[in-house]
Amino acid sequence: MQIDSSLLEVRNLHTHFFTKSGVVKAVDGVDFSVKPGETLGIVGESGSGKSITALSILGLIPSPPGRIVDGEVLFKGEDLLRKSPKEMRALRGKEIAMVFQDPMTSLNPVLTVERQLVETILAHEKLTRKQAFDRALELLDLVGIPDARNRIRNYPHEFSGGMRQRVMIAIALSCNPSLLIADEPTTALDVTIQAQILELFKKMQKELDMALVMITHDLGVVAEVCDRVMVMYAGKPAEYTETKKLFDNGKHPYTLGLMHSIPKITEKKQKLEAISGMPPDLRSLPTGCNFAPRCKFAMESCLHADPELKNVEDNHAVRCFLHDKVISEEESFNETPIGSEKS
Amino acid sequence: MKPLLEVKNLKKHFPINGTSLFSRNKDMVKAVDGISFNVKAGETLGLVGESGCGKSTAGRSILKLTEPTEGQLIYKGEDITAFRGERMRKLRQEMQLIFQDPYASLNPRKTIEQIITEPMKIFQMEKAARKQKLDRLLDVVGLSSYHKSRYPHEFSGGQRQRIGIARSLALDPELVICDEPVSALDVSIQAQVINLLEELQEEFKLTYIFIAHDLSVIHHISDRVAVMYLGELVEIGDAAEVYQSPKHPYTQALLSAVPKVNPHQEKERIILKGDLPSPANPPKGCKFHTRCPFAEAICRSEKPTMKQVSLTGQMAACHFAKEVVN
Repeated sequence: MQIDSSLLEVRNLHTHFFTKSGVVKAVDGVDFSVKPGETLGIVGESGSGKSITALSILGLIPSPPGRIVDGEVLFKGEDLLRKSPKEMRALRGKEIAMVFQDPMTSLNPVLTVERQLVETILAHEKLTRKQAFDRALELLDLVGIPDARNRIRNYPHEFSGGMRQRVMIAIALSCNPSLLIADEPTTALDVTIQAQILELFKKMQKELDMALVMITHDLGVVAEVCDRVMVMYAGKPAEYTETKKLFDNGKHPYTLGLMHSIPKITEKKQKLEAISGMPPDLRSLPTGCNFAPRCKFAMESCLHADPELKNVEDNHAVRCFLHDKVISEEESFNETPIGSEKS
Repeated sequence: MKPLLEVKNLKKHFPINGTSLFSRNKDMVKAVDGISFNVKAGETLGLVGESGCGKSTAGRSILKLTEPTEGQLIYKGEDITAFRGERMRKLRQEMQLIFQDPYASLNPRKTIEQIITEPMKIFQMEKAARKQKLDRLLDVVGLSSYHKSRYPHEFSGGQRQRIGIARSLALDPELVICDEPVSALDVSIQAQVINLLEELQEEFKLTYIFIAHDLSVIHHISDRVAVMYLGELVEIGDAAEVYQSPKHPYTQALLSAVPKVNPHQEKERIILKGDLPSPANPPKGCKFHTRCPFAEAICRSEKPTMKQVSLTGQMAACHFAKEVVN
């Protein structure tokens, strides 16, 4: 991938937290890039480092105890990690915007929606208050809030969860960012509302030509909206590829384990194939591959050496010693309903 | 065969505002508003719906943890609606609950041994028998006996849920109501707990009422499924049938809204407009008409009743569902 074609390029990012009980390696060597207008999914379970990756990009890591100990975050060619807090503040909300998981706590409960929207717009754009107000109305219309003219005077508690998330998205879009980072934006919502919000994301992205980083634990959401995807496990990428390749030809045992452990709505299996054990303690990671203790294909070498992220084909990187063997040699995965041919 | 549990027209209303001494007309939130279903021994009935639809309240009312406002509960042919105090307490040995939040449902100041043997103490089991039972329970839920002396904070979410499950099995119940038992867990751990619940069902011949909002989980675990909307049942039937050919527009929309784990599959998605109406002030007629893509005049004025929509007994409450009589 050429550097000049990417909007965002994260290289070798390491974010650690220095706590009393030890160093928590929350993000431990992450590389990825996002092109203008595309959607990258970052998927993983709790504690895999996906949210910390997002906060690191935005310069929002609480410090102390957190610190980015190594790496580069290139946005439009400039390293965000070298910028001053003031420069970052000008950038956040304007060029890069973020939508958080919990629409209940990320809006200010004592200010009206109008105040919160107009404030964001005025902070970044040279507009009069009247112009900013009109823009705010436009945005609420855009994200599908009915009767925006009246609703704009309401407080956050007067909106439902789905509507609050729409308000959050309106605020995030208020300055036409070129990159939007959404951290589990639909996790707190019911499925019918989730469907509405995902639809909204897709529409917005098309209309505003904006790149989107979608952080989620739900492979269904990934399949739905993402062009490319990075699977994270215990602070490291396990697999990084195009969404279709991941679902058709996923290689990493963790990726496969995740897919097999999800009950599917379209088919009914006798028993789910669970991944045994649980994620490692980030303060004392196992030597070797961090997934080895739970991996049913682990070999002697996995316990001693940590595999690197290797390209197995174009745009498909896997961090596993068995990257070219897993599917072909193991019987237990042969009955997979996922087609084995790459698209 | 007689059903293990019959729920007839169960209602639970909670008063809001006007609870003062002098106000006469209390406003009510109709959390559960007349649901009826049967549960057969040994089966799993999935109770599914969005937040606020009353599924948890239904579960609690069945155990009479909150007193039902109206309706009848028949357990093993006996009307337990009027059971109080000691009689109900005795009966609860046979009906247990597994909670959603494995962090809040275990007493942080008690050891695992104390937590799991508490129900046995209450029902005066001998000390030796308690010890024996404890070891067996730890074994079946996949914990080791050295865990006994530890406290809940030393365990992960999945392990805590196993402890909660062991406790609810301590008295050899027949009916277990699982209230969102896996929704607080990560997917890889969720699969472990679902498998465990299925193994236990087989081993101990348990009957489950499985309450969840995750449609894929419900599909996996249930023999029959009941779909709730705003305190009412809209559809009930054999799980495979309901998922393959849902007859109520709400069930159809709900199922189509679930993101499919397959990027190739083009789906026809029904996107519902608007939000869930407030249960304090539900719409008249069919409660779903405000969001239903097919609503007509009759839906706004007349409340549909449950009718049979397939030969195998699938039922739906919609004016436009075709009735099938066998």
